[in-house]
Amino acid sequence: MATRVIAGKTVQVNEEGFMTNPAEWDKEIAVELAKEEGISELTEAHWKVIEFCRESAKTSGKAPTLRQITTGAGVSTKELFALFPKGPAKKVARIAGLGKPEGCV
Amino acid sequence: MKKLVVLGAGTAGTMVANRLSKLLDMDEWQITMVDQDPVHYYQPGYLLIPFGMYSRKDVVKPKHYFVPRGAKLIVSPIERIEPDHNRVFLANGTTLDYDFLIIATGADIHPEETPGLAEEEWGKSIHTFYSLEGALTLAEKLSTWEGGRLVVNVVENPIKCPVAPLEFLMLADWYFHERGIRDRVELIYATPLPGAFTKPVSSKMLGELLVQKGIKVEPEYMIERVEPDAKKIISYDEREIEFDLLVSVPLNMGAPVIGKSGLGDELNYVPVNKYTFLSDAFANIFVLGDASNAPASKAGSVAHFAVDTFGENFVRYIRGQELLPLFDGHANCFLESGFGKGLLIDFNYETEPLPGRYPLPGIGPFTLLEESEVNHWGKLMFRWMYWNLLLKGQELPLSATMSMAGKWKA
Ligand SMILES: Cc1cc2nc3c(=O)[nH]c(=O)nc-3n(C[C@H](O)[C@H](O)[C@H](O)COP(=O)(O)OP(=O)(O)OC[C@H]3O[C@@H](n4cnc5c(N)ncnc54)[C@H](O)[C@@H]3O)c2cc1C
Repeated sequence: MATRVIAGKTVQVNEEGFMTNPAEWDKEIAVELAKEEGISELTEAHWKVIEFCRESAKTSGKAPTLRQITTGAGVSTKELFALFPKGPAKKVARIAGLGKPEGCV
Repeated sequence: MKKLVVLGAGTAGTMVANRLSKLLDMDEWQITMVDQDPVHYYQPGYLLIPFGMYSRKDVVKPKHYFVPRGAKLIVSPIERIEPDHNRVFLANGTTLDYDFLIIATGADIHPEETPGLAEEEWGKSIHTFYSLEGALTLAEKLSTWEGGRLVVNVVENPIKCPVAPLEFLMLADWYFHERGIRDRVELIYATPLPGAFTKPVSSKMLGELLVQKGIKVEPEYMIERVEPDAKKIISYDEREIEFDLLVSVPLNMGAPVIGKSGLGDELNYVPVNKYTFLSDAFANIFVLGDASNAPASKAGSVAHFAVDTFGENFVRYIRGQELLPLFDGHANCFLESGFGKGLLIDFNYETEPLPGRYPLPGIGPFTLLEESEVNHWGKLMFRWMYWNLLLKGQELPLSATMSMAGKWKA
């Protein structure tokens, strides 16, 4: 398992750059990861979604799907794409320190 | 008498009723099946209808052919399930009490969930092969189509038979070759997935096959709406794709009655234990086939392997023994690839589809993740097996759980 330093902390990541231990995550890490994803500033609307995803993963053990986010966090799909352009479910999962959302085969 | 009610008499409901009628003492058990439709549909056949390979008569049979001795089929819509009171209300006024309930109400398409999809161009330049009527209309359309840009779009995953859109494209490539107009047809696959398929090895191998066949993939494409008059689809990230012919796999959802009864998730799928199919919420409800949220493929072959493991587990359960985590997510799908050939993929929860031979290691006769004629025959033979063996709850000489023997580590 690879590790890397984000916002001054050493965390475990997989080969695609997703953190593998959600407990190592904190808000400063999120800010850094968001920048890597091309989001220069995390607004309140971003945080609402990130926090929903963290909560959801705590109970289910995995990152929520796009539809679970829109139904659960009360944002429209359109807004979600505006907040986390191109593949919001994957992007927010990475920023929230969760694994990649599992697509079923 | 103990009462077992099976909701939905499609692939999974029919198989499980037949299997349990063999495993249970039918002097002590009463099995009641309920379905709104007296006809059983062989859905895998829908894929072949647009290309004139199958017609309506190849994919329908009366449901009552498949009702096991000692069981009863009621034809009526199910109105509501009251899991707290162990009863089910039917539209025909009947109330059914149960000791155990098996939900097998499947999944279906919802084109109305995508703006513009099922409006004035539906059945004209916009089609689907995910319903019998849709497949028949598309067959007519394709037989006279002069060419242009054909776009296949999957609205959202999960869908039934996730390989079907790829098969459709590969068959379309072959079909237009046969009609002598392939040079006038552009084939595009707009999918929410990051590539041709989900898992790395198969995605790469299938992706290469699509390239060889001149089929272009537009990945990570989440459709927002269709503009039927302008003949284009638009994604949430504003990518526009124009089409002359759009073949859509609309949003798939569990049965509305599941949502109405408070048993479903955001897509009306019932949350279950993925190894045993026991409902997370009720200890006397099991969910088989496409109706559950188990992260396995929504496919008839999966339902078959699931029923194999479930039968054994159910007998344990009613004796008071605990359920064993028997189901491993095993799926086994034939893919038509056109020109009389096909592929086969075999995988489970843990192991992605890999190349190799199946079911006999090194011998086959089927080739995993590799085109061959024998796989195409396997796909056609599957229909016979479905009607004559699978639905009747016969065991096949194939292991219900996946085996690594015969697979090559890629
Ligand atoms: C185009 C296409 C291609 C496919 N290809 C393949 C393939 O190659 N291989 C493969 O293994 N699988 C394939 N599948 C998938 C396969 O058909 C399904 O996974 C399988 O039929 C699922 O079985 P099920 O019993 O869960 O649902 P179904 O067979 O759909 O049965 C559900 C039943 O519930 C009934 N029902 C629902 N709601 C109610 C209600 N409120 N009241 C009364 N009755 C109700 C319905 O009438 C239906 O009979 C394909 C599917 C499609 C659409």
